[in-house]
Amino acid sequence: MRLFIDVGRYCRLIYEAIRSSTEFSMYWKNLINEMVKTGYDSLPIIMLAGFFTGAVMTIQTSYQLVAGFIPATTIGSIVSQSLLIELAAVISGLVLAGRVGARIATELGTMSVSEQIDALESMGFNSVTFLVMPRVLAGVFMFPIIYVTAVVAGLLGGIASALMTGALPVSDFMLGARQVFTPADVSFGIIKSFVFGFIITSISCFKGYFATGGAEGVGKATTQAAVLSCIYILLADFVLAFVLL
Amino acid sequence: MIEIKNLTKSFGKNLVWKDVSIDIHPGETLAIIGKSGSGKSVLMKHLNVLLYPDEGEVLIDGENVFEMRYARLRKLRQRFGVLFQGAALFDSITAFENVSFPLRYFSDFTEQEIRNRVLESLDLVNLSDIGNKSPAELSGGMRKRVGLARAIVLKPDYLLYDEPTSGLDPQTSNEINDLIINMAETLDITSVVITHDMHSVLRVADKVAFLDEQKLSWYGTIDEMKTSDHKALKAFVKASEYTI
Ligand SMILES: Nc1ncnc2c1ncn2[C@@H]1O[C@H](COP(=O)(O)OP(=O)(O)OP(=O)(O)O)[C@@H](O)[C@H]1O
Ligand SMILES: [Mg+2]
Repeated sequence: MRLFIDVGRYCRLIYEAIRSSTEFSMYWKNLINEMVKTGYDSLPIIMLAGFFTGAVMTIQTSYQLVAGFIPATTIGSIVSQSLLIELAAVISGLVLAGRVGARIATELGTMSVSEQIDALESMGFNSVTFLVMPRVLAGVFMFPIIYVTAVVAGLLGGIASALMTGALPVSDFMLGARQVFTPADVSFGIIKSFVFGFIITSISCFKGYFATGGAEGVGKATTQAAVLSCIYILLADFVLAFVLL
Repeated sequence: MIEIKNLTKSFGKNLVWKDVSIDIHPGETLAIIGKSGSGKSVLMKHLNVLLYPDEGEVLIDGENVFEMRYARLRKLRQRFGVLFQGAALFDSITAFENVSFPLRYFSDFTEQEIRNRVLESLDLVNLSDIGNKSPAELSGGMRKRVGLARAIVLKPDYLLYDEPTSGLDPQTSNEINDLIINMAETLDITSVVITHDMHSVLRVADKVAFLDEQKLSWYGTIDEMKTSDHKALKAFVKASEYTI
């Protein structure tokens, strides 16, 4: 029962955000602000996560492919393709479910329990347009950029670990990556990152916007936002793989 | 004129109050008193439709506010200045920006006009030199006064004060009381003041509404309150250790 009410309220919130988008021009400053906070500020952690994912994958793949007749370029192929179609999007999604999701839920949750959302409404603002819309749009716009960053960082990580461990020559790594590269894989990754961006920001807005019950309520909303975002990212990842691959 | 008619509100299974009816006449100041949790803030939030009731209506100049479409509702809301219980300042911007916030979005004032209007509002609440501080750097009483400055900056027709003097020292409380009286008299503003402070009630209010036991338990003028022998009301007034 609770779940149905929640789904209903979630849909209403998103519907309201879309419906009110005509007056969005008033609030474009919020969008820029959110794009910086969601996208730009997340780049360091994404580069770190991407880099180490690529590095570890390279070492592990070369450890797993011991048979001599498999060319070393295969390692580059496997690492780069895994990054493109799965790892870059999912890992940045999971990392940002914590980083971006928690921030959004805390911000909106605090505003909700301290009557700041009421204050906005009472001044004549549409609080959904003002608060939810820019955050969701920023997620949808910025996640593809984050995804590309994660892919690049992952490839650099792969190259770095090839260099450091001597698992394979860097030229083989690059050649392997180029052999399997198709634009379709990139589109797939970008579609995923769009969806993940929407999931994280919309769920976190929902949890924060409707938070009640003081500081404790904000804490609860924040935890739920991060956990639910992760769950729905994994679910969506599965569904998208099923539908698109 | 605000007419509250047979209003009933519950959250889930919890009834807050039922069948509340009050008329608030132009220029009048209504005090809403009652225990913590009696639903004073909830009642106030129905006046500018931050909450919707289960039953009943609120008529403002004859029009039911709960049936208004959004564009009209927004205009209505802008006729209300609201001081929220915890001031509800936006904590990512400075005190000055908080007060200028509604002007920046909803007036066509120039930068200089906005500045003047904000300083004028801050001056009215006796805060002239805190503009550049963030809300986190202000004391509770200062935050409240910034909230009040923000509430009056658009020169509203109605002012809603949710516990304007709680947490303030007696002197500042008196200044706020004077301000409430002043706004009501000079600008002919209709005010609703939620308060626990009987001193404040006696100073500012024309009428008193007492919420108790999930209903409007008593309603009348200040003079009627002084002579009333309504038990719960007397007990409530007495508990505030103010003898009348
Ligand atoms: N958004 C909400 N959701 C659920 N219950 C609520 C909500 N807002 C208020 N309530 C409940 O309604 C009742 C009345 O709350 P309200 O805040 O109006 O009390 P109050 O009279 O203003 O008290 P105080 O003097 O402590 O501010 C309380 O029991 C409260 O728990
Ligand atoms: Mg209250």
